[in-house]
Amino acid sequence: MGLTSQSTGRSTTREIFNIKRNNNEPVIALAGNPNTGKSTLFNALTGLRQHTGNWPGKTVLRAEGSFIHNGRRYTLIDLPGTYSLLANSADEEVARDFICFAKPDATVVVVDATCLERNLNLVLQVMEITSKVIVCVNLIDEARRKKLRVDADKLSKKLGVPVITTAARSGEGLPRLMDVISDVVWGRLTPKPKLVRYTGEVEEAIARLEPKVRAAVGDGINARWVALRLLDGDTKLVQAMEKFLSEKEIVRVAQEVLA
Amino acid sequence: MSTEAALDSLMEEARSITGSSQSKVRDSIVNSIYQTAENIASDVVSCTSPKRTDWDRKIDNILTSRVWGFPIMFGVLAVVFWVTIAGANVPSSMLAAGLFWIEDRLTGFFMAMHAPAWFYGFLVLGVYRGLAWVVSVMLPPMAIFFSMFTLLEDLGYLPRVAFNLDRFFKKAGAHGKQALTMSMGFGCNAAGIIACRIIESPRERLIATLTNNFVPCNGRFPTLIALASIFVAGSVSLSFSSALATLAVAGLVAFGIAVTLFVSWTLSKTLLRGEPSSFTLELPPYRKPLVGQVLIRSVLDRTIFVLGRAVVIAAPAGGLVWILANTMVGDASVLSIVAGWLDPMARFMGLDGFILLAFILGLPANEIVFPILIMSYVSGGTLMELDSLADLRYLLVDQHGWTWLTALCTLVFSLCHWPCGTTLFTIQREQKNWRWTVLAALIPTTAGVVACIMLNNLVCALGLVY
Repeated sequence: MGLTSQSTGRSTTREIFNIKRNNNEPVIALAGNPNTGKSTLFNALTGLRQHTGNWPGKTVLRAEGSFIHNGRRYTLIDLPGTYSLLANSADEEVARDFICFAKPDATVVVVDATCLERNLNLVLQVMEITSKVIVCVNLIDEARRKKLRVDADKLSKKLGVPVITTAARSGEGLPRLMDVISDVVWGRLTPKPKLVRYTGEVEEAIARLEPKVRAAVGDGINARWVALRLLDGDTKLVQAMEKFLSEKEIVRVAQEVLA
Repeated sequence: MSTEAALDSLMEEARSITGSSQSKVRDSIVNSIYQTAENIASDVVSCTSPKRTDWDRKIDNILTSRVWGFPIMFGVLAVVFWVTIAGANVPSSMLAAGLFWIEDRLTGFFMAMHAPAWFYGFLVLGVYRGLAWVVSVMLPPMAIFFSMFTLLEDLGYLPRVAFNLDRFFKKAGAHGKQALTMSMGFGCNAAGIIACRIIESPRERLIATLTNNFVPCNGRFPTLIALASIFVAGSVSLSFSSALATLAVAGLVAFGIAVTLFVSWTLSKTLLRGEPSSFTLELPPYRKPLVGQVLIRSVLDRTIFVLGRAVVIAAPAGGLVWILANTMVGDASVLSIVAGWLDPMARFMGLDGFILLAFILGLPANEIVFPILIMSYVSGGTLMELDSLADLRYLLVDQHGWTWLTALCTLVFSLCHWPCGTTLFTIQREQKNWRWTVLAALIPTTAGVVACIMLNNLVCALGLVY
C-alpha cells in the first residue's frame, strides 16, 4: 500500500509545494510535452473543481484540481508542459522538483499519439525518478485520422508501466484511465519501469556512485537517478536537494514543537 | 556527515569520474534516451495507409508565407476588432440600461431613507455610477474579445502569428514570443504582463514587459472607438461608420505595434543590451476548438478575473472624482482649478487641461478616462453617459473647441501614456523591483508627450489647423 508510508515525511515536503494536507487524499501529477492535450485532459478529469495560482517562489502558472472516482477524492496537479526534465528552464525545474520531492502517488505522463517518438523521451525520464508512472497516449482520435496505429499493449510491455489510450476531447478512455490511476495509487497494480540502459562507461560510473548516494540521501529519492544527474554535472539538482531536504527537516521540527 | 556535505563530496567524485569529458558524458546520456525512445516508437507505431496529403503543412505554407502571412493576419485582427466593436454595442447598452435602472432604485431607496445629500452623492453618483460605467463598457467587449482570442488560440492560429512576427522582434533584439505577450495586451495589459512569464530570458522578458503598454487594451478601446467614430466616421452614413471606425482603430493598432518594435529595438541597443535568444517554436496541428470549454475558461479565468480587479479600483476612483467635482473653492470646483494649472502644458501637446487631468485621474483604470473628461466638461458633477455620438460631437467640437488635431493627439496620448494602476501593480509584482515599474511608466509617457508635441507643432506650423 503506497499510502501507509505517508507519514510526516512526505506530507511535509508536499506542503512546501502548497498542497493542503488532506490526510488520505492521493496526489496525482500530470506531466507531458506541450501540445499533447494535457490541459484538455486536466479539464476533462476535474471539470470546474479546479483553481489556478503560482508555484511557490516561481512565476510559473500552476493548476490544481480534483476528481472523484469510486467515492474517493483525488488531487490532480497539472505540471507545466515540458519536453524534458533536465531543468533547462523554470518550467522543467518545477516539473522535476515536484515529481522528485513531492512524490505524487502516481504520475500520469500524457503523450501525443501522433508523435510518440519525441514524447517518449519525457516518459523515459520520468520513469527514472519514480516507478509509479502511467502513460496516457492521448489524441488517439487524431492518430486514427492520420491512419496511425499505436499498439498500447506492446508499448506497455516495452516500458513496463500501464498504457492507456485516450481522446480527452471526446472523453474516450477516461474512465479506464481513472481505474488505472486508482489501481496504481492503492497498490493493486505495481508498474515495473524498464529503465534506459546507458553505455558501458556510464553504467559503470552509476554503479560506483549509486550506493554512496543512497547512503547520503536515503531511500526517499531514487539513487540511480541522482547518480545520473551528478554525472550529468547538474548542480541545480544538488541545490534543490539541499533546499528541500533541509526545509522538510525544518517543517518537521516545527510541527513536533507545535504538537 | 551532513547531507549537504555528503552531496558536495559526491559531486566532486562524479566530477573526477567524468573528468574533462563532462560534455561527452552528457551527450552520451541524452543519446541513449533518444535511442531508446526511437526504438520503442518504431516498434509500436505503424502506419495503416500510404502518405496522405498533409493539410496542416499546406495551410501553414499560406498562413506563414512572406506574401500572405501579414495580410491574413491583419484581416483576422480586423475581423476580431469588428466583431468586438459591433457585437459589444447591444449588450453594452443593455447592461448600462440595467445598471442605471438599479441606480434609480438606489436613488429611490436613499430618498426614502432621507440620507444626507453628500452621502447619497458620494455613494451612488460617485462610487456606484463609476462602477456601472466600467462594468457596462468593459464587460461585453472583454467577454467577446477574450473568447475569440481563446478560440484562435485553441484553433492553433496564434503560434503562426508568433512565427510571422518573430523575425521582426528578433531584428528589434527582442524575443519572438513577445508577439504573443503583445497580443495578450490587446485584451488587458496586466494580463499581457503576466503572459511575459513565457519568455525565459530576463532581459527579453523585461523588454516585453516595458513595451506591453503600447498596444491598446480593452479599457482604452472604447475611447479610441468613440473618438474614431466621431472624427473619422462622423460624416458617413451609420451602416458604414462601424467599418470605417474599425479601420481607424486598426490603423492605430498598427501604429502601436510599430512603436512597440521601435522601443524594443532602442531598449535592446541601450539599456538592455544583448543578443536575442533563439527558441524552437512548435507549430501544433490545427484542431477543432472545443467551443464550450473555451467559453467557460475564457470567461472564468480571464474576463471575471480582469473585471474583478478593475471593479476594485474603479469604485474608489469614482468616489474621488465625485468629491473633486463637487468641492468648491470660490466659484470653481477643485477639478476645474487643477485643469487650469495643467492647461499650458496640455495646450503645448495639442490637448487641453481637462483632457490631461482625465488621463491623470484615470490612472486606476483606463476605461474611466473618457467618462471623467465628459464629466468635467459638462461640470454636472457626476459621471454620465451621453445618449448619442452626435451629442458628444456637439460637446467636444462646438462647446470645447476640439479640432481633428485635438482628437488625434488624444488618441496618440491614449495609446502612449503611463500604464493603468492594475498594470503597474502587476509589473511590480512580476519584476519585484520598483525601478522597472517606474521605467515602465516613464517610457510610454515620454514617447506620448514627445509624439504629441511634435504632432501638434508640426501641424500648427504647416497651418493645417486654425
